[in-house]
Amino acid sequence: MPENGAAAKAATAPALAAAQETRRQRTRTFIRAVGMLPVLLLLCLGFHFLSEGRFFTGQNLGIVVQQSAVNTVLAAGMTFVILTGGIDLSVGSILAASAMAGLIISQFPDLGPLWLPAAVLTGAVFGVLNGGLIALLRLPPFIVTLGSLTAVRGVARLLGADTTVFNPSIPYAFIGNGSLTLIPGLLTIPWLWVIAVLVILVSWLVLKRTVLGVHIYAVGGNESAARLAGIKVWAVLIFVYAVSGLLAGLGGAMQAARLYAANGLQLGQSYELDAITAVILGGTSFVGGIGSIWGTLVGALIIAVLSNGLILIGVSDVWQYVIKGLVIIGAVALDRYRLQGSART
Amino acid sequence: MSEPILEMRRVSKSFFSIKALRDVDLTVYPGEIHALMGENGAGKSTLMKILSGAYRPDPGSEIRIDGEVVHIHGPLGGRAAGIAIIYQELSLAPNLSVAENIYLGREVSRSGLLARDAMQAAVGPILERLGADFAPSTLVASLSMGQRQLVEIARALHARSKILIMDEPTTALSAGESERLFVLIRQLRAEGLAIIYISHRMDEVYALGDRVTVLRDGTLVGALDKPQIRADTIVRMMVGRDVSSFYKKEHDPTKDSMARQSAQVLAAVDLADGGRVKGCSLTVHAGEVVGLAGLVGAGRTELAHLIIGAAQLVSGHVEIEGKPVTIRTPGEALDAGIAYLTEDRKALGLFLDMSCKDNINLAVLGRDAKFGGILDRDKARDRAKKAFSALGIRAADINVTAGGLSGGNQQKVLLSRLLAITPKILILDEPTRGVDVGAKSEIYSIIDNLAKSGTAVLVISSDLPEIIGICDRVVVMREGRIAGELTRTAAAHFSQEEIMALATGVEHVDA
Repeated sequence: MPENGAAAKAATAPALAAAQETRRQRTRTFIRAVGMLPVLLLLCLGFHFLSEGRFFTGQNLGIVVQQSAVNTVLAAGMTFVILTGGIDLSVGSILAASAMAGLIISQFPDLGPLWLPAAVLTGAVFGVLNGGLIALLRLPPFIVTLGSLTAVRGVARLLGADTTVFNPSIPYAFIGNGSLTLIPGLLTIPWLWVIAVLVILVSWLVLKRTVLGVHIYAVGGNESAARLAGIKVWAVLIFVYAVSGLLAGLGGAMQAARLYAANGLQLGQSYELDAITAVILGGTSFVGGIGSIWGTLVGALIIAVLSNGLILIGVSDVWQYVIKGLVIIGAVALDRYRLQGSART
Repeated sequence: MSEPILEMRRVSKSFFSIKALRDVDLTVYPGEIHALMGENGAGKSTLMKILSGAYRPDPGSEIRIDGEVVHIHGPLGGRAAGIAIIYQELSLAPNLSVAENIYLGREVSRSGLLARDAMQAAVGPILERLGADFAPSTLVASLSMGQRQLVEIARALHARSKILIMDEPTTALSAGESERLFVLIRQLRAEGLAIIYISHRMDEVYALGDRVTVLRDGTLVGALDKPQIRADTIVRMMVGRDVSSFYKKEHDPTKDSMARQSAQVLAAVDLADGGRVKGCSLTVHAGEVVGLAGLVGAGRTELAHLIIGAAQLVSGHVEIEGKPVTIRTPGEALDAGIAYLTEDRKALGLFLDMSCKDNINLAVLGRDAKFGGILDRDKARDRAKKAFSALGIRAADINVTAGGLSGGNQQKVLLSRLLAITPKILILDEPTRGVDVGAKSEIYSIIDNLAKSGTAVLVISSDLPEIIGICDRVVVMREGRIAGELTRTAAAHFSQEEIMALATGVEHVDA
């Protein structure tokens, strides 16, 4: 009998430890996923009180989501890239080039309605170029996209002969400024935000419900192991940069529809930084392999709320820069802290 | 007997509510090699981390060095107390020189400038004493694993450590390098150092240990003196039960039907990579376990990489079931039915942040998917659950991340991924490295069952008793070539000496 007792004890001790380990892991995953949601809510409440009740109004919330829409779309693409351990610095430039290409196409009477797919496609082409250089020539993503950040910016300026291109009668202008009426007179949602939410949903589907999604996490988690496991790492890398480029193209189309115009020099300047910040704020690890698209959505909203709230309470433009910069550093510090939390044995 | 240099009394350590160590005692004398044994998770590493200052013990624990009660805080505290630890994964900076590594953190400077000459001059005699064949100015990146270990030991000696902890020092070493390390360890013992030696390899403990302390589930099982040290006693203490048939080999290709016997599944013909591997041929038949032995650096892993397309073939070709095949990537190898278990499961095998379920299913996700790419989550869950029960993977559930498992369980998760594709040919590279005794025996039985069901298995291993215990045939490599082959027959069994003779090129080796 004592032998049985000892055996039972030996069996339960590791089981208990294992159960505790799962609980710890679940908490960690949970914190990582919603981690920044409380921060978002606190920011909203804080700005609401500091602005004497001007934050939670239908009109202001509409502005916030509209302003976050393009960054949300860019950050979704950036999430794919950062999950593989890469980075895409060129999204702002690609956005500008795509918007320029779209507007130019829209000026042709016959081709007008094709401007939207043209813009998206332009973005995708630049993305594939980035991905090809990174995956096939094995160049570092930072260097490749730093190069295309500059080169594609040049292409954007070239496309409009370095001028602003206008088209007041651009087709599909409603996606930039119109709203989808859900409950007449009560609830309308800007089309920009509808697009952003759709992008997030599709991204979630791809990342969590498809084989490709698992492969993306695998490449980011351990590239050599992925290669030995038979995953076509090059194809995964080209895909993520193509997605990032395509979504930057979509972002360009959204901006073009909103402004009825595009300027190759000014459009999308430093958008890549907001997109990266959103991804990191959302808990995606900078070294890849860990992260979720929902976190990215929360991260993008935090940035939009921060910009909107700081204006509401009358913080000067100069200080907004300082505060947003500090938020970026804080986000990376959080990333470090998270990595410590998942220390491997 | 002299006074003990180290006494640990009633040492406990809890992490939150989990007690990793409970009232463990450890007494070590100067000039002795003290083996610390136990399965993975028994608490060896925790105990050593307390000693080296990485963890603080619970209140009530007591550590005495030379009879004085000490409190060790942080790695510097451990160093100040005369304790040096050499980890499994060596902690050297490969981009720095030997001397710079030895002085790391305690660099000598003259008027603010690094005194490189002085440091190299001081390191020279220590390296000489260790019989090192490299200079203090050598870059660590250019050293072999065995040489790097010497650098670690030199660092400990240079810090005038009195207690040297070695955690599985031979895992990355070849048989020859290990042998040289043992000579050195004995020399250090003669010089009066106390050495705490952690190893899973029974023969090493048997050869080196003056005394053995065995831990199980965080508690002290007992300590043995030299005359009591016997493999079966230690194993029984470690696992708490009899491991009567450690190596399981029930499959017998010579007894099975003639059809199967003649079925040559894998043939590597004259493979070369233009570097390490210089024209190697070998064959594996269905239902056969073939061992690939040789010293570390003989080119065994490189040969396996050539077979699975992870490295570029310069000449030769691979045949599967008699037909030549072209395999350019590991993915194509999987498609052809060849699965490869890497020797470095953390760096090249597992996805530590991903769940066991995803790790197990990774190679078959595409095959299982619906509509050309949507995950079939039910199938994945069932497959993972089946693998958990079939291979006896011990984890809370299939969604636990692989990084949190013990070595043995990680290895089984990785093995499950390979078995999911039902390979015709399974190449296992050091399948039991860093795996505890219980899991080892389970892995042997998995290999045996695979062979019984007709899989052709090639096992690369530096653990000779393992090769002898489970293989039907052993192919021995030496310096990139096949040095010879030994076949097991009902009448005669190949021996450790025969394998070593082929591996080293020496006619007779006394074991």
